[in-house]
Amino acid sequence: MDMTTLYLLVPLAPLLGAIIAGLFGKQIGRTGAHCVAIAGVLISFIISVVIFQDVQAGNTFNGAVYTWMQAGGVNFEVGFLIDKLTVVMMLVVTFVSLMVHIYTIGYMSEDPGYQRFFSYISLFTFSMLMLVMSNNFLQLFFGWEAVGLVSYLLIGFWYKRPTAIYANLKAFLVNRVGDFGFLLGIALIVAFTGSLAYTDAFDSASRLAGMEVAGLGWPLLTTICICLFIGAMGKSAQVPLHVWLPDSMEGPTPISALIHAATMVTAGIFMVARMSPLFEFSEAALSFVLIIGATTALFMGFLGIVQNDIKRVVAYSTLSQLGYMTVALGASAYSAGVYHLMTHAFFKALLFLAAGSVIIAMHHEQDIRNMGGLRKYMPITWVTSLIGSLALIGTPFFSGFYSKDSIIMAVGQSSIFGSTYALLCVNIGVFVTAFYSFRMYFLVFHGEERFGKAHHGHDDGHHHGLAPGQKPHETPWVVTLPLILLAIPSVLIGFFTIGPMLGEGWFGSAIIDGAGFKAIADSLQSPLGLVLHGFMTPPFWLALAGVVTAWVFYLRKPELPAAIRSKFANIHTVLENKYYFDRFNEIVFAGGARKLGSSLWSKGEQGLIDGVGVSGSSRLVTLIARVTGLFQTGYLYQYAFTMIVGVFVLLTFWVFFS
Amino acid sequence: MTTIPYLSLAIWIPILGGLLVLATGPDTNARMARMAALLTAILGFAVTIPLYVGFDAGTAAMQFSEMHSWIKHFNINYHLGIDGISLWFVLLNSFMTVIVVVAGWDSIRSRVAQYMAAFLIMSGLMNGIFSALDGVLFYIFFEASLIPLYLIIGVWGGANRVYAAFKFFLFTLAGSLLLLLALIYLYNTTGSFEILDWHKTPLAMGVQTLMFFAFLVAFGVKVPMWPIHTWLPDAHVEAPTGGSVILAAIALKLGAYGFVRFALPIVPDACREYSWFVIGLSLIAVVYIGFVALAQTDMKKLVAYSSVSHMGFVTLGFFMFNELGIEGALIQMISHGFISGAMFLCIGVLYDRMHSRQITDYGGVVNTMPKFAAFFMLFAMANAGLPGTSGFVGEFTVILGAMKVNFGIAFLAATTLILGAAYTLWMYKRVVFGEVANEKVAGLADINRREFFFLAVLALCVLAMGLYPFPFTEVMHASVSNLLESANSVKIPL
Repeated sequence: MDMTTLYLLVPLAPLLGAIIAGLFGKQIGRTGAHCVAIAGVLISFIISVVIFQDVQAGNTFNGAVYTWMQAGGVNFEVGFLIDKLTVVMMLVVTFVSLMVHIYTIGYMSEDPGYQRFFSYISLFTFSMLMLVMSNNFLQLFFGWEAVGLVSYLLIGFWYKRPTAIYANLKAFLVNRVGDFGFLLGIALIVAFTGSLAYTDAFDSASRLAGMEVAGLGWPLLTTICICLFIGAMGKSAQVPLHVWLPDSMEGPTPISALIHAATMVTAGIFMVARMSPLFEFSEAALSFVLIIGATTALFMGFLGIVQNDIKRVVAYSTLSQLGYMTVALGASAYSAGVYHLMTHAFFKALLFLAAGSVIIAMHHEQDIRNMGGLRKYMPITWVTSLIGSLALIGTPFFSGFYSKDSIIMAVGQSSIFGSTYALLCVNIGVFVTAFYSFRMYFLVFHGEERFGKAHHGHDDGHHHGLAPGQKPHETPWVVTLPLILLAIPSVLIGFFTIGPMLGEGWFGSAIIDGAGFKAIADSLQSPLGLVLHGFMTPPFWLALAGVVTAWVFYLRKPELPAAIRSKFANIHTVLENKYYFDRFNEIVFAGGARKLGSSLWSKGEQGLIDGVGVSGSSRLVTLIARVTGLFQTGYLYQYAFTMIVGVFVLLTFWVFFS
Repeated sequence: MTTIPYLSLAIWIPILGGLLVLATGPDTNARMARMAALLTAILGFAVTIPLYVGFDAGTAAMQFSEMHSWIKHFNINYHLGIDGISLWFVLLNSFMTVIVVVAGWDSIRSRVAQYMAAFLIMSGLMNGIFSALDGVLFYIFFEASLIPLYLIIGVWGGANRVYAAFKFFLFTLAGSLLLLLALIYLYNTTGSFEILDWHKTPLAMGVQTLMFFAFLVAFGVKVPMWPIHTWLPDAHVEAPTGGSVILAAIALKLGAYGFVRFALPIVPDACREYSWFVIGLSLIAVVYIGFVALAQTDMKKLVAYSSVSHMGFVTLGFFMFNELGIEGALIQMISHGFISGAMFLCIGVLYDRMHSRQITDYGGVVNTMPKFAAFFMLFAMANAGLPGTSGFVGEFTVILGAMKVNFGIAFLAATTLILGAAYTLWMYKRVVFGEVANEKVAGLADINRREFFFLAVLALCVLAMGLYPFPFTEVMHASVSNLLESANSVKIPL
């Protein structure tokens, strides 16, 4: 088999699985559905490994699969670009997807929509692979929207729940706002280069950098980059387009891990890294990226502290980590951003799946205040969660340590506008991350057992919880196996890959890093050296302080949080309300649009056009008819009289004026 | 070149077949009427297939031409022919006729023969419009096509059908009178009713301007363009499902087609001079109508407004004066035929069961009609312009064409990405998702095999065109560049 066939098989295998599981789910049954879906993703993963080795051997590929359309001299193609950036994404996507597929057998075992679910997640895998393997903007946008569609379908998977169908509509629309910008960016590129191919855009980057948007005077390349980044802000949930991600937790937990943590939400990061040859030409756009990313990293972290829903804590943590990746992009350390994307995919998927395992054991209780002491009952979930949390907060030797440290170092060397602010944010963010992660960890796995009691009265029908006296159990092997398989890279992958991937510039020409980051790359070569160096820098001590604080607050002196909360009630209210973003959007955008629509409808359509215009003209016609009708009485004597008057008037005229 | 007059067949088979169906008479023969109508529709579609197969994409010249002298004294001819633009609309029209006959199969129970006949006759007349190359012939088909649609709304329509039918008729008639004036003027100047001759006739700017506005009103009413669009929502709401389908899928295309065949090549200087005006109206259609659609409580009205908004892309694309814009607009026309047709059919499926179009009467339909919900989802996403469906292709290409002209135009046009998704998916959410809203919804039966058939066929069209639009644009290129050449030429005599 030649390589092109293999490239094609990677996305098509899961697509086939999705089609079979989706259309013939009833015929092949539950086992049949998960077998075909898993087989598809497994094939995809194995081939990705083969392709990885091929790329590692120096072979890359950039070519079309078919011409989708031709118009106006532009070739619209579907094609693949296989290079080092692509294979990293392919491995991450297929591996995490495979884990999630296996996990789903256990998690969704009692759900009536079992086959549908497998069909959706395989379809997602296909879409995501098309996105990362693309060599042009058309297919990128195609994959971009397709993952959005599957995300929409999966958030609303339990379509009877009002919260789920609210959340999925919200997610789709907020993402569409991002896509709006993204599409304009693509259109600008096509308008000025006449091509949708990445390479054509990259080759003309320096030319575009000197141009302006006609009529507006905006620098062209900066406009393009900011437009593209707006797309990334939607997909990768950056402030202020982040609002959909926490609500997306309404979907089943496996997809929270796969789509809303490990892969889809990182599409924006991937895209900007892919576009690094463009972004490198626009310092203004990079500053914008940096500031947005830093704000997301820190301020979304704060929100993680006040959440009590186990999934929402992890969701806010995802937002914050996406902020870190974005910061790396803004600091021109694109490969560090992608590197963090990779390590994060493993430990965040792990954390989500572990949270799901806890949720199963707790009989769909998600409030961490009603948990505690679970380590006795579910040892595998406990240990893997601990590993995930340690990786997340950047404990030395764990994978998260290497990726996060390289981002912080990259920000440290950056000198563009906003870099000081960003450095501050990412450092404080380390403390915040450690604090909320271990707050959750302690509340769930340590301390007194708070389950099996009367609830807090928030039971809305689908949160059940354990009955009094009932004890949680460890989950079945299909659930714990993925946890173990994800825990391994969460610990090890950083140690083994940081040197080659960042230290030695493995990405090569696939990602164009800034000169500043290249200069510090040497210091990233030795994983041991980095750890030793780490002990002498603030992030390590900040993380440690975060863990200790969480320990004091939630194990040693559990009365402290309440005391602090009442002391800083204002701040707490702001955090509880998530900085009022949701309320603002609800009133201004959603409410505003509805009001505008209704008033245009009642005043413009019914009032002005139909009322004044259409009915007005018909009334005018009636009026004219009535007036002229007055003369058409049908009485002969009136006609005769009018005639006489007329003759009289005419005669008078004739006599006097001629 | 074959001598079989395919175009004449495409016109007259449905018309004569329609008369035949009419002859089956009262509803006691309804079964026969349905079968005869289906056979006629299929035959009518079959004779259009050679048009595509035998089409030569390499030339912009009219193909499958037929020319017979008709009224010698005024130099009026029975002249037919198609190019890479009109080809698609003949195909689309004949195809949708089959769908409509199947869709009306058992939801129409009174005056079946007349109903079927009206659709068949209309189908033939519309093919006449798309293939006429003689001004008078065009005008006759154009006017005649009003009558069946008027009857369809007026006879088989809803409660307020008479108002809607009158409004529809008066609006379009008023427009076409201006068209008639323009045609007569052109005849007086050139001594010919040949549309292709008119494409080469020099005209002074003043004349072009008057004629441009005549065309704008005549065709703008049909498209329909803002602010002469308000007949459409009323017509859609009152029309039976099949009427809405044909109205949206084909009748609206007549207006847009008029711009391509008449306005752009005959009065190009005026078109360029006043392009800002058309662009402005088109953008109003996209943005303003998008908001209006958001406020609708009646599903049919919502889709009708969404039609107006999508047709805004068509007129916008034409007046970009570049290939991306025009080909995008043509693609949008074809795609809109499938999608809006499918949307109205979906609403018809619900209406047949619930006898209500109000969004608030629904909720949780997915629980009782999962197959239907899946189709409806696909078409809703296509309506929202999701890549992979046909709805994306045209919008995307028009936006690319608009960006070549101006950032602001592309910006406003691209808002459809948000607005289109908002009104379509919000409606979908309220109708389909959620718990079963009431007992009527609880008693719904999922789609039957006939309904499955026509929805599946349209779903395939929507997906095929979204995944591989290449063949659609391929046959257009020559005709579109020819059109652009005329549209960019100077016709003012020196």
